[in-house]
Amino acid sequence: MFITIRDLLRFSVSFRIGSILLSLTVLLVVLSFLSPYEPDDRRAVERNEPPSVEYLFGTTSQGQDVFWMLTFGVRNSLIIAGIAVVIGRGIGVVLGMISGYIGGTVDRVLSAIVDSFIVIPRLPLLILVASILRGQITIFALALLIGFLDWAFPSKRYRSQILTLRERDFTQTAVFSGMNTWKIVIQEHLPFIIPFLLADVVSGFLFAIGVEVTLSILGLGDLDTQTIGSMIYWGNYYQALLTHKIWVLAAPIIASVVVVVGFYLVSIGLGEYLDPRKRLVRLQVKE
Amino acid sequence: MKLFWEYILPRVVQWFVVIFVGVTVTFLIPRLSPNNPVDSAIGRLTGFQTINPEATLAMRESLLDMYGLEGTLFEQYARFWGRILKGDLGPSFTSFPTPVTSMIGTGLGWTIGLLGTSILISWVLGLVLGSLAGYFRHARWAKLLEGAVITVYPVPYYILAFILLILFTFYFPLFPLVGGARGTPAFTWEYISSVLYFGFLPALSIVIGGTAFRFIMSKALASTEVTSDYVQYADLAAIPKRKILFFYVIRNTMLPQITDLALTLGAIFEGALITEIVFGYPGIGYVLFNAINTADYNVIMGITLLSIVGIATASLLVDLMYPLFDPRVRLK
Repeated sequence: MFITIRDLLRFSVSFRIGSILLSLTVLLVVLSFLSPYEPDDRRAVERNEPPSVEYLFGTTSQGQDVFWMLTFGVRNSLIIAGIAVVIGRGIGVVLGMISGYIGGTVDRVLSAIVDSFIVIPRLPLLILVASILRGQITIFALALLIGFLDWAFPSKRYRSQILTLRERDFTQTAVFSGMNTWKIVIQEHLPFIIPFLLADVVSGFLFAIGVEVTLSILGLGDLDTQTIGSMIYWGNYYQALLTHKIWVLAAPIIASVVVVVGFYLVSIGLGEYLDPRKRLVRLQVKE
Repeated sequence: MKLFWEYILPRVVQWFVVIFVGVTVTFLIPRLSPNNPVDSAIGRLTGFQTINPEATLAMRESLLDMYGLEGTLFEQYARFWGRILKGDLGPSFTSFPTPVTSMIGTGLGWTIGLLGTSILISWVLGLVLGSLAGYFRHARWAKLLEGAVITVYPVPYYILAFILLILFTFYFPLFPLVGGARGTPAFTWEYISSVLYFGFLPALSIVIGGTAFRFIMSKALASTEVTSDYVQYADLAAIPKRKILFFYVIRNTMLPQITDLALTLGAIFEGALITEIVFGYPGIGYVLFNAINTADYNVIMGITLLSIVGIATASLLVDLMYPLFDPRVRLK
């Protein structure tokens, strides 16, 4: 495990940069527990201060310290994304497995449903639900919502993975040597699914963070809790741009870019490490 | 004939399934909500503004109808379908009695224009650039380009558009802040140029976002293509590089991208909604944004339904065109 990470850090540029960005993110999350202010404090500090040594990212027109707001915001956004990913992947893995292992009519019906869910644009649906629940949505409800709309693509991917695994020689060998089905699934196939799951979890994270930011900015998220999205919403609400207080908006925007790019680069690094074909391309003599 | 049975018919059936699932989901969502949305919606609306009593009554009717609070669930469902098949999405609440369909209609032209151009540009750009970067994968510029794309790709659409907006309307005021065009619609140079001018920044944001995704896909496909036997052979046979690129590499990386285009249409459409909201572009996204702010459920539902039908149909068309490009399907 540690050797793998060390090698990745040494040889994969994207993994190195990604780890640095993710470490920054983790640092912010840890700092949020040490914040001198409550997340909802208003008038806690001087208002409209530009960034300085005392106020790292400046302060808002409501007298909040942007830096500490951001620590809470990043933490809550990651909580939302985490729950959403767990739910979405849970549904996806289960459906994919049912489709892949049972096959036949069950598979055909499930695949038709999954395929149609893939085509359906999710954002309008999300907006519909969120606007019906407007004003009562909590960050957990938001996470549930995002999770329930992000299972179609993963389940399709797992199904195709399982279908290829079923045809492999070692599966046949296991069947003929009398292993029971559960054992085959857990001992033989799971190790193949897990790297796949890792990359998928990252794409789920990216989707969830993107949706959270978008919904909150439209005023449909949980606006009483600090998230990256709601920080931008309130920044716009109090005209941060027109009153030349760009730092109020810059902090959450830069933070969201750092978080998503960090996740993405780490997943690319992992993908390169896990994909044998890419390893071959790397080993080829450079032209 | 075989093509019809094995390829076209399943796609058409798929289209019907998508529409059915989409409409059913849209129908069920309001029913899964834990509170009584009718009263809260009416309360929210009448709390801030006065609406004439007729509108309130019609709204109550429409809301009751929508949330299935009269009649059994099944009756509701049947009526819901009946209305949709007639193309009746009910009246808008905030600009009563304008029907939702006409509100959507005004925005539709703008959205389709913006989306159509941006998709086309980003698809071609991403394909060509990605294939180039895959073919010359050891060149310095390819690595730089890839670095830039990898940074842009995961960034949420909204953030991307917002950064462009701040840069080019606020710090370097090159482009207008809101709107779709200046003057009255006519076939004059003045009007058309203003359409292009107003549409440039929104289109640019979609192109950047769309190209990034396409680039990553094409580069991965082209990289495997380049190591294939026939490309190596063509290289050894001293066929000009340009020819190899366009007739061997791009032609083969294009195929999976066409099917993929059908799948990503939905994502691009969602991006366009957000783009219009950010740039105040008078398309469906902007109509949706206003509807969200005034809790105009009928409009939100209408746009949801329309987007499902629209995206499903567009995907179907892309899939049906696929045999024209793929020789393997043609042989069948």
